[in-house]
Amino acid sequence: MEHGSYKDQSASTFSLAEDHTLANALRFTLNQDPRVSVCGYSIPHPSEARVNIRVQTTGDPAKEVLKDSCQDLMMICQHVRSTFDQAVADFKNDSGSESE
Amino acid sequence: MPKVPLWDLPELPQNQLPLHLQLQKTRVSCNNDAPTNTENVTYSGAYAALGVDNSLRLDEFRNNFKVKVIKLNEEDMEFDLIGIDASIANAFRRILISELPTMAIEKVLVANSSSVVQDEVLAHRLGLIPIKVDPRLFDYMSENDVPNEKNSIVFKLHVKCERKSGERLTVYSHDLEWLPSGSEYVLPTENSSESKPKTYTSFTSSQVSLPEFANNPITVTPGIIISKLAPGQEIELEAHAVKGVGKTHAKWSPVATAWYRMLPEVVLLQDIEDEDAQKLVNKCPVNVFDIEDMGKGVKRATVARPRACTLCRECIREPGWEEKVALRRVKDHFIFTIESTGALPPEVLFTEAVKILEDKCESVITELS
Repeated sequence: MEHGSYKDQSASTFSLAEDHTLANALRFTLNQDPRVSVCGYSIPHPSEARVNIRVQTTGDPAKEVLKDSCQDLMMICQHVRSTFDQAVADFKNDSGSESE
Repeated sequence: MPKVPLWDLPELPQNQLPLHLQLQKTRVSCNNDAPTNTENVTYSGAYAALGVDNSLRLDEFRNNFKVKVIKLNEEDMEFDLIGIDASIANAFRRILISELPTMAIEKVLVANSSSVVQDEVLAHRLGLIPIKVDPRLFDYMSENDVPNEKNSIVFKLHVKCERKSGERLTVYSHDLEWLPSGSEYVLPTENSSESKPKTYTSFTSSQVSLPEFANNPITVTPGIIISKLAPGQEIELEAHAVKGVGKTHAKWSPVATAWYRMLPEVVLLQDIEDEDAQKLVNKCPVNVFDIEDMGKGVKRATVARPRACTLCRECIREPGWEEKVALRRVKDHFIFTIESTGALPPEVLFTEAVKILEDKCESVITELS
């Protein structure tokens, strides 16, 4: 759910059914995007699983910037997964050849 | 770092921060009273005035990111993630603890229990027993679903302590028997003239017929004490296990625990010799420091095992030592430890956790489009 202005697309608040797990990681990738001037998140009430992510950009529509950050986070995850699988396979090969 | 006037600062290649800012960005300084520099400088324009770009460039991340596996066996693993930010490492840890699904006992049908342990306490203990089965082979069961072979596992427990023995009997978790054909307790119905009576579960086929379980019976972790019985006491019950996540109840968490710590860095700011060196080596409870013989009878202290440092700060506790030893943590080097309860091996758990974070991002993208 996006709370913003129709006239000014560059600043809006996104209310998502998430928690710190995704919101903090998204806040990190958003901050690293050079188009973003302000970004942060807050949890309105701890009993309700809802998080408000605030994005203010230097002109680009906030929704596009948030979507691009999600894509960046997905690429980071994919790279983490492939590097991890490679490292586990290497470790198993090394320890297998040592014990033989 | 000593204070240097602006005009005496050394010339640095472009795109590199001066040393004191690099220290601030990449290291947490663990001082005697409290750590400082704990925040991560993530803003892309943080060093814009210096002409250094702090933004995330994916190719740089791909080049710098490394994973090193230190220990790996069936139960636990220890590995290093180098070059990643704390928020993402924490996201993995949170998902490992609370959002990876497992199977755990949810419904307990007690036919007969004359033990001193109350039914609800017994059911609570049964729920916490880890079940060694891959949860990806099962579906979730919602309120309206009928329990069938695709979403539940049935165990039976029938133990009786004989009067003749005169000794107490301990009921262990390996006394639970897996019933692959479903529940054996018949539902109470008005019409008792049906050919095949309805039970509490509706298994259309036996779970043993599935290829995953044919030679691989579903077991629980053995050796866990469920209850103790005195002579003459008996427990007869059936336990149904379903799929769930740790968020709902901790019994569905697939890890005994999962934690990370940042790599400690111990730096000797001055040369520490002779008596002081010996004092330093004696102070450290985990033997981080070592004495190195420099020849001519001069002994110097060196940092031998910084990774073992527990940050107990014994070496800087006494006054005057804080100028000699600097305790720091590297902000982007995480030492992850995952201890699995047996359902899935720890490397599979981590891969599944990363997949779940990707799925969350995707759901946000679809929600916004």
